[in-house]
Amino acid sequence: MHSRKSSWLPVVAGLPLISLLSACSGVQSSLDPAGAAAELIADLWWPMLLVASLVTVLVLVLLLMAIFRAFRHRSARPLSRRQSRNLVIAGGIILPLTVTIPFALSSFSIGRTLYAPPPDNALTIEVIGKRWWWEIHYLDQSGNRIATTANELHVPVGEPIKLLLKSDNVIHSFWVPNIQGKTDMMPGQVNVTSLVADEPGVYRGQCAEYCGAQHALMAFLFVAEPQEAFDAWLEQQAQPAVAPDTAQAVHGREVFFDSGCASCHTVRGTRAAGDEGPDLTHLAGRRTLAAATVPNRIGHLGGWITDPQHIKPESLMPPTEMSPDDLQSLLRYLGGLE
Amino acid sequence: MTHPTSLQHEIHDTPEETEQLARTWHSPRGFPGWFTQVNQRMIGRRFIITGFIFFLLAGVLGLLIRTQLAGPEQQFLDPGLYNQFFTMHGTVMMFFFAIPVMEGFAIYVVPLMVGTRDMAFPRLNAFGYYIYLIGGIVLFGSLLVGRAPDAGWFNYVPLAGKEYSPGYGVDIWTTMITFIEVSALTAAVELIVTILRLRAPGMALNRMPPFVWAALVMSFMIVFAMPAVIVSSTLLILDRLVDTQFFLVESGGQPLLWQHLFWYFGHPEVYIILVPALGMISTIIITFTGRPIFGYTALVLSVVSIGFVSFGLWVHHMFTTGLPQLGMSFFTAASVTIAIPSGVQIFCWIASLWGAKIRFATPMLWVLGFFAIFVIGGLTGVMIASIPFDTQVHDTFFLVAHFHYVLIGGAVFPLIGALYYWWPKFTGRLMSEKGGKWSFWLAFIGFNVTFFPMHQLGLEGMPRRVYTYTAEMGWGDLNLLSTLGSFVLAAGFVVTLINAIWSLYRGQPAGANPWNAPTLEWAADSPPPAYNYRHIPVVESRWPLWDWQRRGERRVVTGLSNQRREIVITSILDADPVGVQVLPHPTIWPFIAAVAASSGFIGLIFHPIFFVMGFFLVFCALVGWFWPRRPWKEAI
Repeated sequence: MHSRKSSWLPVVAGLPLISLLSACSGVQSSLDPAGAAAELIADLWWPMLLVASLVTVLVLVLLLMAIFRAFRHRSARPLSRRQSRNLVIAGGIILPLTVTIPFALSSFSIGRTLYAPPPDNALTIEVIGKRWWWEIHYLDQSGNRIATTANELHVPVGEPIKLLLKSDNVIHSFWVPNIQGKTDMMPGQVNVTSLVADEPGVYRGQCAEYCGAQHALMAFLFVAEPQEAFDAWLEQQAQPAVAPDTAQAVHGREVFFDSGCASCHTVRGTRAAGDEGPDLTHLAGRRTLAAATVPNRIGHLGGWITDPQHIKPESLMPPTEMSPDDLQSLLRYLGGLE
Repeated sequence: MTHPTSLQHEIHDTPEETEQLARTWHSPRGFPGWFTQVNQRMIGRRFIITGFIFFLLAGVLGLLIRTQLAGPEQQFLDPGLYNQFFTMHGTVMMFFFAIPVMEGFAIYVVPLMVGTRDMAFPRLNAFGYYIYLIGGIVLFGSLLVGRAPDAGWFNYVPLAGKEYSPGYGVDIWTTMITFIEVSALTAAVELIVTILRLRAPGMALNRMPPFVWAALVMSFMIVFAMPAVIVSSTLLILDRLVDTQFFLVESGGQPLLWQHLFWYFGHPEVYIILVPALGMISTIIITFTGRPIFGYTALVLSVVSIGFVSFGLWVHHMFTTGLPQLGMSFFTAASVTIAIPSGVQIFCWIASLWGAKIRFATPMLWVLGFFAIFVIGGLTGVMIASIPFDTQVHDTFFLVAHFHYVLIGGAVFPLIGALYYWWPKFTGRLMSEKGGKWSFWLAFIGFNVTFFPMHQLGLEGMPRRVYTYTAEMGWGDLNLLSTLGSFVLAAGFVVTLINAIWSLYRGQPAGANPWNAPTLEWAADSPPPAYNYRHIPVVESRWPLWDWQRRGERRVVTGLSNQRREIVITSILDADPVGVQVLPHPTIWPFIAAVAASSGFIGLIFHPIFFVMGFFLVFCALVGWFWPRRPWKEAI
């Protein structure tokens, strides 16, 4: 694609081209790999880009040479039959073969590495695509769920992780570009994939299969952290919710039950056991709300409870009307769910 | 049965005889003509005009989509409307613009190019058009009342199932898609029979113009690809209407089945659009270099092999669904194979251009623009054949960039070139060269500014089909650039629209062969009379008009009646005359049959009983249509 560098082209293609080479530092970019798989794929991409650019330049230069002949000498000499035949064989058969055979072989070889099954003792995480958020369960060695969270996937750096990708509604697709490519979440089947995060950091993943009204705002955070930090986090996530410690928070819990929140949400350790919406047991520890749409701050949380349709139109979360006092109490309660 | 041929200058037609021929082939004008015309050029013209109107409408939807995406977190469109718009943009561009307009060009040009007076089944041809028109109007009407389909042009289940898409939107999608497929099948059958049996005497298969070859390959592809999508959309109609549960997971149905069936059609579909464009490119290069193309046989074989290989690629749309790796890798191999026939064609064209005295008229410019864009689109196509790489860019803006490079660069640019090329034949007047050049440069620059940045957006993680994105993602600048480009691109197409309308009144009169082209359609008047040719020509090489110029004489078929609509039937391989076919007159039955079929299909959206009703009405219409007649005794 570098081919587009003739005199008029900088105007057209210069801007994206320049940024293509420089802006490689996103939290959701396949060009800034932080995982083994993304690294391999990026290593495939750059040589592909180079070869494709060379082929484009070659074809367009040949085309321009053919055209400029028509301008330069009026009595231009056509190619002989034999020359034409050789040109077509070289350009139309040998060139594509020399480009595509090594390319296909390297692609197959990377694929073998990428899709090798994870070791049996790998940490297993079950991720279920919802409309339009992510339900996440951590499993123990025998496959029991030990902790449940939503929209924030924590993994230990450098360890192979086994993912069980599922959906109980429409098709979604699990994708963290910095870590690895996407795998669909198909209803009726479990897609097993493995990943390794190499660099600690917070990355963003997003649903990559059109899944209805709020496909656009169905994202999550991928937190890669050192093993000790991860162990501490997981242990804390496995605990039931902490009891409210102030009178206002206790009142907030009543509001939570009375306003119908519990019919969709679970707070482990209480009677709230709904399974339509995200588990809120450790809500206050999460960085974002509404599937990585807004930061988890008290103002956003209040806005999300009273008018979710403003933040995420057509979200399945209904708006809840309540008095300012009740809302303050509820926010105090939820804010205490560390 | 033998058919005498004679040199044209030995024939002395009286004006009365010619007038009688014109009366025999006369196509009714005015209001009755809307419902009764069957002449191939009338139907072809309708397909082309209707197709371009849908192109315009879907293009406006594209601009609205781009406007919404110009900046992060914009409120211009709400998600519901945005999802309807991108679904309609894709559906209309693929089903209601690209295929019908290519068929329209083939219906108009192919009978002229093979030197006959009409298509093999004129009434079926008319029926196909009415079906297409009604389907398009109903689909677009659903958008006007805010009930348009919103499950994407690929309409994946379970999202498109009753549970997640209640309401009529998806029902309209499934029924109208079935409609347009029926229309495409009728055109394909027509074209196959016309090309194989109605060629002018002497036009053996190896003398057929490249565009006719392309139309033949396109038609066979339609015949083999369309049934898959008719089956899948019918299964979905049944699921939604009478709970058959083909795709319902809870009852053992399989969402992957939809994807296999859809892409088994969907991948050939893009080649169905591309293949006629390849024929247009060869045609234009021959004419504007003024000499036979290099590698006629290689070009034809390339188009045929693209047709075959395109049926073995569909799984590359499903690399992320969790299918087994080994099986999928065969589809990687098949996908990169397409590079060979594509490469052969591109280098045949370069060899043909090399050292030729090229006339840089507008059609040629669009073809040269094709090269620049299509090569890039083809190479990104090779990239995404890699399973690992595809898992990163699948369903991102990289893919959006890729297929717009292939479809706009590969099909729309040659199509606009072909429009400028055949416009004088359609209308008798040339479009303005100045307008054509403005249009080309605006479209070429606008296209690249719109779609090139999308490659980068996709690599930076921007998924497709999102109505918005947050500011922190850093995608705003490139999206704004892309949106600005899209308006320049649209301006380019508008210039051609204005040019076309202007030329109808002020364009320079063209004469029969303004470009000095070698193929038969340029032997007819511009625009051709209702009977196309006063005498069916006899062909002795691939470039008949250049032969005639050199020799100063031409052979024609004589002996066809001017009292009936007679055409010459020839043999498949060598085009030896073997018989005469009498074609039907203008009739209203195709229109009635189309309305009857539509009432059944559209009613089906609301209640199954309408299917029974539609079935009965179509039966009655077909009885009228096929009422016995004896055309060999008919005279008007």
